Amino acid sequence: MQINTPFFKQRAHDALADENLQKALAKLKTGFPEKRAIAVDRMPEFEQLRDEGRDLKNHILEHLDLYLEQFESKVIENGGHVHWARTTDDANQIILDICKQVDAKTVTKGKSMVTEEIGLNDFLEQNGVQPIETDLGEYILQLRHDHPSHIIAPAIHLNLEDVSEAFHANHNRPKSSDPAVLMQEAREVLREKFVAADVGITGANFCVAETGSTIIVTNEGNGDLTQTLPKTHIVVTSIEKVVPTLEDMTLFLRLLARSATGQEFSVYNTLSTGPRREGDQDGPENFHVVLVDNGRSEMIGTEFQDMLRCIRCSACMNHCPVYGAVGGHSYGWVYPGPMGSVLTPQMIGIEKGGMLPNASTFCGKCESVCPVKIPLPKLMRHWREDEFEKHLQPKAARYGLASWAFLAKRPALYKPYTRMASWLMKTWAGKNGRLKKLPLASGWTDWRDMPAPQGKTFMQTWKEQQKAKAGEQR
Amino acid sequence: MPNTSSGPRVGLFVTCLADMFRPSVAFATVKLLEQAGCTVEVPERQTCCGQPAFNSGDRKTTAEIARQTIDAFDGYEYVVGPSGSCIGMLHQYPDLFDPTDPYFLQATALAARSHEITSFLFDVLRSDALEAQLKQLQFDHKVTYHDSCAGLRELGIKQQPRQLLSHVQGVELEEMDEAETCCGFGGTFCVKYPEVSNRMVSNKTDNISNTGAHTVLGGDLGCLLNMAGKLKREGKPVEARHIVEVLAGMTDTPAIGEADYNLAQQL
Repeated sequence: MQINTPFFKQRAHDALADENLQKALAKLKTGFPEKRAIAVDRMPEFEQLRDEGRDLKNHILEHLDLYLEQFESKVIENGGHVHWARTTDDANQIILDICKQVDAKTVTKGKSMVTEEIGLNDFLEQNGVQPIETDLGEYILQLRHDHPSHIIAPAIHLNLEDVSEAFHANHNRPKSSDPAVLMQEAREVLREKFVAADVGITGANFCVAETGSTIIVTNEGNGDLTQTLPKTHIVVTSIEKVVPTLEDMTLFLRLLARSATGQEFSVYNTLSTGPRREGDQDGPENFHVVLVDNGRSEMIGTEFQDMLRCIRCSACMNHCPVYGAVGGHSYGWVYPGPMGSVLTPQMIGIEKGGMLPNASTFCGKCESVCPVKIPLPKLMRHWREDEFEKHLQPKAARYGLASWAFLAKRPALYKPYTRMASWLMKTWAGKNGRLKKLPLASGWTDWRDMPAPQGKTFMQTWKEQQKAKAGEQR
Repeated sequence: MPNTSSGPRVGLFVTCLADMFRPSVAFATVKLLEQAGCTVEVPERQTCCGQPAFNSGDRKTTAEIARQTIDAFDGYEYVVGPSGSCIGMLHQYPDLFDPTDPYFLQATALAARSHEITSFLFDVLRSDALEAQLKQLQFDHKVTYHDSCAGLRELGIKQQPRQLLSHVQGVELEEMDEAETCCGFGGTFCVKYPEVSNRMVSNKTDNISNTGAHTVLGGDLGCLLNMAGKLKREGKPVEARHIVEVLAGMTDTPAIGEADYNLAQQL
């Protein structure tokens, strides 16, 4: 996928001016967070579950090789195949090869952010295999040649009219703006695709080491048809999704549904354990799991290891005031919001991704709702440290910080400087009590007034008062 | 003014914004501490908590400023300041030092004895005398309270300012929608991403003015300067003050960003 992350500011500017997007974001802001809050209130042990989720993920990451190997051997035991993909290119080639082996013309796809990450759709199309997204949101985006702006509600940035137009332009049917009619239309169109597809590709929310199973969690049921009807099922997922046991998986399912949509349980929780066995009514003949690394193993043992706990629930972006203001496309690549601001620089490089970890006030709301307690602000700060060490920040910011630091480390200089600055601002503001413009601070004064200082600094007045008191006592 | 030497010896962490922009906030903090029986001192060698460097990724400078602050506040029983954000930063100091560094232990000790003012009054001192003093005060206005992020989420400050405020006569607290949502200040964020920050503060000032409050109160000057500046630019008739100004009965000064009437008369 094209990387537009360096243009975050311009994209945010456009997003802020986009009325339809702003309406959609306003709905999102109250929708998911309110539902989550209700679901969490109904579950007194939720905070304890968050601790358990964090601890279990930490344990898994400490023994990731072990659990991945166990998972691999179980998948093979079940008659499936496991493919290890270090890079996005490796992953795409492996998937294409499997498609070619079965002479695939069309591929149905369940919702998967990892396939967005590796840019699978474009790659398959370029190589003569037609992918068809079957998650309703993803399907709409595919018709519009668009990309997800949210990891669980991919088309959140679109409105009904956008959907109506996309369907009318592609389905050769009368235009409708009735959601029920549009839904039925999508069902009918997709039903044919499900039946015709040669390969079904899904992601996985978790991979279970003890059984070699993968699970997808959905609310539409499209994933089930994607993985059950075609002769070949390819699961494309990433290495940190492995969990030791089915029991462990249920802990994360409880955390995931509540954190994501406020549901106690998602509608469909579908396990895949190898290909069709003798006597099975349905299921694929070939079962493949592609385990994508793409920089994840490099995070192990670094300060970014905590990020690998992420279960992709989207709570962080649902609660983020920056995401809520600018939407997912502003982030310019696959993963938006706070989790994207940590993950993106890892995957595209801090040189291109630096805008994102800086686009945070460190308000901490993301961390406070994260089901596995990832310290997202701290990790964003680590990226800023990386930028600082590599001298990647804009010159003005570096010089500004250096001059300020020079003074802050020298109290004897700092005091006269602050006295002068306060006096200047106070004098300039005059009787108004505030400044409409301030040199070097247009970022502030373009949008708001600068309240003027009261006059003397506290340190100055305090010292004068202490001297006067001492004089009285003498 | 009651100032018994038996009370704890408190070092005031002034905070750079109170020092430069609103000394009355620091004086109100001193007054509240002295009323509670503390002996207040203001160490000369304090400047800023170091947060601008910390959040810009400059750990070396942050650690240098941390050492300076640790030395400046050596020996005080408590360190108290009128900002959840700056006190929150003091609580981060141990992370800046290797556990074998002597400053690590000092940083840990400083963090343990550093408190935001409303939390110090309510959680640590818990004095009945304070409640009686607050009941003597009159502030006949509808107010709303903005929960600043660092105080709320790093230090757990939520009920403390509200409980203290509830004793002041005449105060009517009307909670705003999204009181716990960031105002968009975020230190250098507001100048690095001005348009995004502007949207966030605009949401905040809408929520503030929807309450019909006369005054918005908060515990952090960064957020208050941001909100006051936006309220003024939008021409919304809501005043902004730090909570300690009301708790110390020091509301005779112009609110944040308000015209200085005394000065106007002099000119």
